Amino acid sequence: MPKMNLSHFEAALLFSLFTSVVLGVVTKSTDRERIEYGVYTFVCFLVALFGLGWLMYLGHG
Amino acid sequence: MAKEKELSQPMPPIGLWAPAVALGWLIPGGGHFLLKRTGRGILLLAAVTGMFLCGLMMRGAMFTPQSGDLLTTLINTGGFVGDVFSGILYLLSVWLGYNQPDQAGHVHDYGTKFLVTAGLLNILAMVDAYEIAARRKD
Repeated sequence: MPKMNLSHFEAALLFSLFTSVVLGVVTKSTDRERIEYGVYTFVCFLVALFGLGWLMYLGHG
Repeated sequence: MAKEKELSQPMPPIGLWAPAVALGWLIPGGGHFLLKRTGRGILLLAAVTGMFLCGLMMRGAMFTPQSGDLLTTLINTGGFVGDVFSGILYLLSVWLGYNQPDQAGHVHDYGTKFLVTAGLLNILAMVDAYEIAARRKD
């Protein structure tokens, strides 16, 4: 089994992608709504990722 | 009102949903395949399997139930339940001898979380398969 060596950002991005796909698939009732919700969830993950990243950076001074 | 209606719905017969839920546990997306929701089944299979394989490649640790103080019991038992819900992926990796010790480092740590989350996402897929089988959603 090959070994993966990802940065924090890459790992969090991959996590967001897989989670958004599942949340999109299981949550809504039409295909269009599912795609929209999946994209929305992914964008929310990204906003949280960058937001928290900056918050920690600024918090450290 | 809609919530009250949802709550008052009787439990559907077990024979209607149990095969889809059981197959959904064993093979991520399997319940959807059984219920002829192939496209959604493929997406669930790809996402849960991808998450689990990434966890393995990051050398994440599998949880085993441990007793001790409340937090230790909660984390290890909860993590174990999350791991087990990955179904055949978990069973195969354990049978094939995957036994990664818990190590320091962000990659291992992410790997452990990926392994648990794959199981948790599969629980969502199983709930979806249940609702489809019980004709509560399409």
